Amino acid sequence: MVAPPVGRADDQTQSLATAPVSRPDKASRPGPLVSATVAILVAATLIPLGYVAWAALSIGATKAYDLVVRPRVGELLFNTVAMVVITVPLCAVIGVGVAWLVERTDLPGRAFWRPLFVAPLAVPAFVNSYAWVGVVPSLHGLWAGVLVSTLSYFPFMYLPVVAALRRLDPAIEESARALGSDSVGVFFRVVLPQLRLAVLGGGLLVGVHLLAEFGAFAMLRFDTFTVAIFQQFQVTFDGAAGSMLAGVLVLLCLVLLVAEALARGSARFSRIGAGAPRIATPIRLGRNVIAAQAALAALAVLALGVPVWTILRWLWIGGADVWVLDGIVSALGQTIGLATVAAVLTTVLAFPVAWVAVRSNGLLARAVEGANYVTSSLPGIVTALALVTVTIRLAQPLYQSIALIVLTYVLLFMPRALVNVRAGLAQVPPSLEEASRSLGSSPTATFLRVTLRLTAPAAAAGASLVFVAVATELTATLLLAPTGTRTLSMRFWSLSSELDYAGAAPYALVLVVLAIPVTLVLLRQSTKVAAL
Amino acid sequence: MRRRWSRIAALVSALAVVLGATACSGSDDKDELLVYNAQHESLTKEWIDAFTKETGIKVTYRQGGDTELGNQLIAEGDKSPADVFLTENSPAMAAVERAGLFADLDADTTGQVPPQYRPASGKWTGVAARTTVFVYNKAKLPSGQLPKSLLDLQQPAWKGRWGAPPAKADFQAIVAALLQLKGETATAQWLAAMKANAVVYNDNIATLKAVNAGEVDGGVIYHYYWFRDQAKTKEMSGNTALHYFRNQDPGAFVSLSGGGVLKSSKKADKAQRFLKFITGKAGQEVLQKGDSFEYPVASGVPANAALVPLTDLQAPVVDPSTLDAQKVTDLMTKAGLL
Repeated sequence: MVAPPVGRADDQTQSLATAPVSRPDKASRPGPLVSATVAILVAATLIPLGYVAWAALSIGATKAYDLVVRPRVGELLFNTVAMVVITVPLCAVIGVGVAWLVERTDLPGRAFWRPLFVAPLAVPAFVNSYAWVGVVPSLHGLWAGVLVSTLSYFPFMYLPVVAALRRLDPAIEESARALGSDSVGVFFRVVLPQLRLAVLGGGLLVGVHLLAEFGAFAMLRFDTFTVAIFQQFQVTFDGAAGSMLAGVLVLLCLVLLVAEALARGSARFSRIGAGAPRIATPIRLGRNVIAAQAALAALAVLALGVPVWTILRWLWIGGADVWVLDGIVSALGQTIGLATVAAVLTTVLAFPVAWVAVRSNGLLARAVEGANYVTSSLPGIVTALALVTVTIRLAQPLYQSIALIVLTYVLLFMPRALVNVRAGLAQVPPSLEEASRSLGSSPTATFLRVTLRLTAPAAAAGASLVFVAVATELTATLLLAPTGTRTLSMRFWSLSSELDYAGAAPYALVLVVLAIPVTLVLLRQSTKVAAL
Repeated sequence: MRRRWSRIAALVSALAVVLGATACSGSDDKDELLVYNAQHESLTKEWIDAFTKETGIKVTYRQGGDTELGNQLIAEGDKSPADVFLTENSPAMAAVERAGLFADLDADTTGQVPPQYRPASGKWTGVAARTTVFVYNKAKLPSGQLPKSLLDLQQPAWKGRWGAPPAKADFQAIVAALLQLKGETATAQWLAAMKANAVVYNDNIATLKAVNAGEVDGGVIYHYYWFRDQAKTKEMSGNTALHYFRNQDPGAFVSLSGGGVLKSSKKADKAQRFLKFITGKAGQEVLQKGDSFEYPVASGVPANAALVPLTDLQAPVVDPSTLDAQKVTDLMTKAGLL
């Protein structure tokens, strides 16, 4: 699953970018229609939370207690928490280590390695699991989950850390050296503390993905809350036990958010010196070069070599038979169709939300920020379960419709579009719009010719992130897809759960190829941040 | 400023409506029959293709698990878009029947199916059958040490040595039979022992593969997974053999795959024709000659020659209408298997 560094990691960009924007005045207060649109969206993001609360209430305290306090929940809690507690630090070590090697040392081949370690993001975690199970069929349990998820998600840590390393002022490190610290000391006492925001932001993102992951863990026979909720859904549809598990999962997400917020603290990390910082002198690795190259090569083999090799191997074994073209073409068509509609709609809807967030500071703006922060951490399975239950009871015409699944995608992936549109909008000086208006352009023309044009690149980046997120989405799609819909990930899932690995290989290949352009977008974004 | 944003918002909403409308249009064809299908997709597709060829009636399907789709039908109630429900096992059919959502089947259809392969109520019918088997690794388990009964697997000697897919409706149907035959206390006890003893797999195929690889000595699955692989590459079953419990043991349970017509269907005639077709000679021959290796149950069509005949399996007598999916789910949830 590919996601941008949501929430905090990007706020660093945000704070830099918002500086030239003038304080909101009365004239730029959102009109009733914008306010209404935004309010409806914020309300819709609260449906999953409302559903969990309603489910707990309607089941009744005793039964809810029985369903939550039982050994199976303890087991799931242990699995889920252990997964997060082990994998997040592992990702941090790998992400920081690799970022430091490619940014701060004289390692030969840095220019080759740097983009390569973003590439694992193009391989959805469930495809990665499939690859590993293909290589080691008996792979299962916690450590298998740790292995696959670390290899899939460490780029979430690597990207923001690379960006942060590029922004660090080498002057502090030089002072430390002048005062007698060696390279190791400088790294731990000067560099690492300054990476705190990037590491925490990346850690939150990894944690959120771990809590939401279904396919990768199900394939490795490792039961986390999300996997168990899905199993309950398969048995009981919208049963009480499933919604209670969802309740516990939501609590875990909130714990993660609070933990990250507390760990961030309120220290200042920005540079206040005058002028531009110098470019840091690369640290000489000397003899350690060989060890460093070997480590990077090993990581590349594990994270990229294994999936690429397995997919190609199954394609080779399957031969021409597995290319059931009508199946693949129709799945590709449906996937692109759904992903395009969802990406466009999400990005369009992100505009009023971003406008409120950037240009006003009222109650609505704060509600938008808060809702966005919470929903970006909610697993797709909870949102999907909530919408199945709500539509079947209250909005029958929407039930099983394409409109509903598109709405779900909008709710799930709005944060990804918003991060980009908001940053783009923040960089549009209102004075340009005012100039356009004073020269006689209508408000619509001003929006189209000034605001939209300046925001277009950011919006396109946001839309492409949503596109890939939808194309590789599995859990919500399995629950909500209208009858007859078979996306790439659904077909891949149904074939690989029947252990038809060769038959699933073409779908894996197409999924990876679809994600490659967006991985490039992410890479470009991270280097752009670094250029600020 | 305010006017500008109103216009933009109007534009946005208009675009959303247009996109939503284009996305929705063309998705439901009023003439097509809709099957909620929990049977294997490949088998149902064979039935549908043959049916459409014979009658010209188009059929679409929604794929899911037995109890998932069964509970979905119950949640949808009389507003369900489904016309036909097909399952792999009986408990989900029984649950939908208890919710009063099935129409009476045409006498032509029930007339094609012997009474032991359908409930007496006539609300649905068996369309195929499968038998429980114990698949074992020939190198790890000499045939002298095979369990005599499914109940033997609760003994401590079997700890870590057998596997099964508890999250699947297939396995839950076996538990439902156990519940009907031996009662709640014995079943709860057996499930608790299973939680302690068994290695849990995602599905029948994964269980078969694990037995083949020697991860566990044996596994409780349905017969046709083994026969399908034997007919193909034997890649997942080459080191294994099947053990039939027989003797009316719960482990000799034969599960009926069901088919029924929803009372809320607006295309009841076509739906009834579909069921008549799959229980008819042509439909049952798909089971005999195709690569599903499930047992035919109707129209006098014999099973695939590779299979042990249904009548030789000494299956226990189980009433398919009273298999209790809900109770099984509760017991398995209590045992910590779900």
